[in-house]
Amino acid sequence: MTSVDMTVPSANQTTSSIDSSQSTQLSDENLAKVMRRQRWQDFFFHKLTLGFAALVLIVLLGIIFSLFIRAVPAMQEFGLAFITTIEWDPVNDKYGGLIAIVGTLITSIIALLIAFPVSFGIALFLTEICPAWLKRPLGTAIELLAGVPSIIYGMWGLFIFAPLFAEYIQPALHATLGRLPVIGAMFSGPMIGIGILSAGIILAIMIIPFISSVMRDVFEVVPPVLKESAYGLGCTKWEVVRKIVLPYTKIGVVGGVMLGLGRALGETMAITFVIGNANQLSWSLFAAGNSIASTLANEFAEAETPLHVSSLFLLGLILFVITFIVLSAAKLMLLGLSRKEGTK
Amino acid sequence: MDTTLAQSGRNPVYRRRLLVHRLGIFLSSLAMAVGVGFLMWILFTLLIKGFSAINLAMFTQSTPAPGSDGGGLLNAIVGSLMMVGSAALISTPIGILAGIYLAEYGNKSWFGAVTRFVTDIMLSAPSIVIGLFVYAIYVANVKHFSGWAGSIAISLIAIPVVVRTTDNMLGLVPASLQEAAFALGAPRWKVALTIRLRAVKAGVITGILLAVARISGETAPLLFTALNNQFFNGNMNKPMANLPVVIYQFAMSPYDNWRDLAWGGALLITFSVLGLNILSRTLFNQKSQH
Repeated sequence: MTSVDMTVPSANQTTSSIDSSQSTQLSDENLAKVMRRQRWQDFFFHKLTLGFAALVLIVLLGIIFSLFIRAVPAMQEFGLAFITTIEWDPVNDKYGGLIAIVGTLITSIIALLIAFPVSFGIALFLTEICPAWLKRPLGTAIELLAGVPSIIYGMWGLFIFAPLFAEYIQPALHATLGRLPVIGAMFSGPMIGIGILSAGIILAIMIIPFISSVMRDVFEVVPPVLKESAYGLGCTKWEVVRKIVLPYTKIGVVGGVMLGLGRALGETMAITFVIGNANQLSWSLFAAGNSIASTLANEFAEAETPLHVSSLFLLGLILFVITFIVLSAAKLMLLGLSRKEGTK
Repeated sequence: MDTTLAQSGRNPVYRRRLLVHRLGIFLSSLAMAVGVGFLMWILFTLLIKGFSAINLAMFTQSTPAPGSDGGGLLNAIVGSLMMVGSAALISTPIGILAGIYLAEYGNKSWFGAVTRFVTDIMLSAPSIVIGLFVYAIYVANVKHFSGWAGSIAISLIAIPVVVRTTDNMLGLVPASLQEAAFALGAPRWKVALTIRLRAVKAGVITGILLAVARISGETAPLLFTALNNQFFNGNMNKPMANLPVVIYQFAMSPYDNWRDLAWGGALLITFSVLGLNILSRTLFNQKSQH
């Protein structure tokens, strides 16, 4: 890259000789004119593309700024207590975001707890175990599935998964984990198929393709020489993965997981269908709840009072800030890994 | 390997290592099977439920009123096509030019680094927040929902995709190619547009197709920008029906014919998205093989 940039100043000078040899008789004056014109064009081109690149930055700042401005009335009314207040009551115009925030965090954590091991297994399978002829089709299938619109996962969750979940899995969970002393309360309650746990599971199914394709890319960064030396020492495949691949790609794996977490936090449609959309806070994971995104999807278009709208904007701002932090951390980690790849 | 495995049967250390190894391999394969199994299950459900709902009326009639029989998705399909089409037209030039900036000038400056970073964040930013943003700056000001608002919202989601692929693709062009052009005295803009960009045309088109695929299924940002419209509407200045929002509303409804239409629409969207993805892949693979 740098070599290209360095040629630029000289490129403008060489312009003269080429142009003059091509067009029959260019006087020095014309030559200067052409050069000046080209310099202007380059200047214009630079500024034009710069402007469009700046647009991307402006949009991001605009998002934060506009959400903030709209959220100010709610912030003034409720202050920091907004985050810790359970009550969300459009009738009396009192709003607190705790239910939605907790719902968002818990569904995302459940999703990660399920999606991480499965994605790890998939990435491992794709990079180390899979026979060569299956590698491409399976890898492509996973990538394609990452593109399926989230509303499809939501519909499937509501119509297919939830009834089965209520009939078979929830009773089973209740009969086993529900009997344990401390976490028992989390696995009891109404067995209706929709609720926090279902939302988390659907979310997990949705982010598995994301995380596993990032992890696969990360695993492929490991230099073959390292793995081959380990195999040469007599390591089993599992030991190579455990002691060579994982330590080498640790940061990237965490980055991939955080990327998935970012997706999960902001996901709307997959959750709105199955979370139950009830403004309640319960110890039970079977109970219906709400997340920030599903609250926005359900209430925003129908919000009446300015304070209601403003509170929804405040929720949106909180969501954006949380995902921004998570995604930034993910990006920095993945960036660190690719830099390491460059130096070794 | 085979001889070591044979000997290992006698040595407890080897036996344990082999056991752990087999367990790991088994669990990993199981994960693959479970993951792919679930995703196949979803697609098959969609195929079965969706196919029975697809008929001619779906493409020739507008969405039915609550409680009335029959009906189709014509207004939603047209609305989606218009909004996605105009979003593609908005985001393509912006995305490509910003991508060119990053590839041409963005490698040494902090501005380039920050823009790249922000683009990456925007790629996964919650789409519903983008909807909120467009509501705040556009819908709230003109005081009505409209097709344009929806189109702006989804183009904001498409832009980062185009920027990143353009930037990545341009990075693949060998430096010698540009140096040759510079040595011939071509100005920078000409090299950027006619040498570098042309060399990766297929890759950039791939990016645009991927962006279109991404936005065709987006529901959340349309909920409070384009809203919905029960009737056929070709005016982008009015609330506009679109497939994702119609699917959402119909799937949540108590009417059977609405739910059937939702499945039909879901099948239509998923297959368009998968089709676009596959198309972009084959296009890119063909070009890069030459």
